[in-house]
Amino acid sequence: MKKDKLPNTAESKILKAEESTLIRDAVQEDLIEIIKLDAQNTGIEKDDYWQAAFDRFGNGESGFFLVAETEHHVCGYILGEVRAWEFGSPPCGWVFALGVHNDVREMGVGSKLFDSICLHFKETGIEKVRTMLARSDHLNMSFFRSQGMRGGPFIQLEKNVAD
Amino acid sequence: MKLNKATRFALFSILELASKPERHLSATEIANKYDISSHHLVKVLHSLVRARLVGSVRGAGGGYRFIGNTKRITLLDIVEIFEDIRQPPAEHEAADETEIGQALSQIMLEIDEITIATLNSISIETFLKTMHYYQQELPQTTS
Repeated sequence: MKKDKLPNTAESKILKAEESTLIRDAVQEDLIEIIKLDAQNTGIEKDDYWQAAFDRFGNGESGFFLVAETEHHVCGYILGEVRAWEFGSPPCGWVFALGVHNDVREMGVGSKLFDSICLHFKETGIEKVRTMLARSDHLNMSFFRSQGMRGGPFIQLEKNVAD
Repeated sequence: MKLNKATRFALFSILELASKPERHLSATEIANKYDISSHHLVKVLHSLVRARLVGSVRGAGGGYRFIGNTKRITLLDIVEIFEDIRQPPAEHEAADETEIGQALSQIMLEIDEITIATLNSISIETFLKTMHYYQQELPQTTS
């Protein structure tokens, strides 16, 4: 069956979205859409945070800042860096931000972003990728599980220092 | 955490049936594959039919098949049909109100929350797609 004759089913929409989505390095001009997308997902607009993240990771030297682009718009982003020797952990890839626009959810955009950043990590000789999430963040937790991630040997701890 | 027998039987059944949703399997076929009691399994399958996760067809060529949504149904959804893992123990334990008792309760709560979040993050589809990762990491047995 020719691609342009795919029936308009959910599966064909996913195929089209996957094919038309380009994963590339973020550029300064993407920040407006990234900030908007993040605010839509988290409810908080963080202009300064995203500018600082871009300044630090946008050059590809300290980490990876990738975006998913479809029809000339940013529909997703992922950020990560290589961390090494934190309490004995050999160098590993850390993913610390991921966002996908509501309109392209469950169309493979998140998977494509995650695969791309894993490829970048792999190219630097990294064998493991890690992330940290809120226990209540069911959406992202399910996503990362679906990518084959599982509980690792490290555990997150915290203490209140404000008292 | 240890799951009760009915929960384990339900998970085996659901995952086996969902791996090929178009296929019907009898209770005996599932029981034989996992070496479990078919008598007990039939009761578990009835609960899964009532929960609308499994459909049953009588007669030749019939049996049970998975009718749920593999992307939406999580391990927690199945576990909670058979046991309530969200509720703290209803009965009052000795020394619960002491400082040590209260701290111990918080630690057990922390463990329970991780258990619930983990079970809730794994859909049937994710389980079936990623279970081979766990097999790869099984310790080698020496003969």
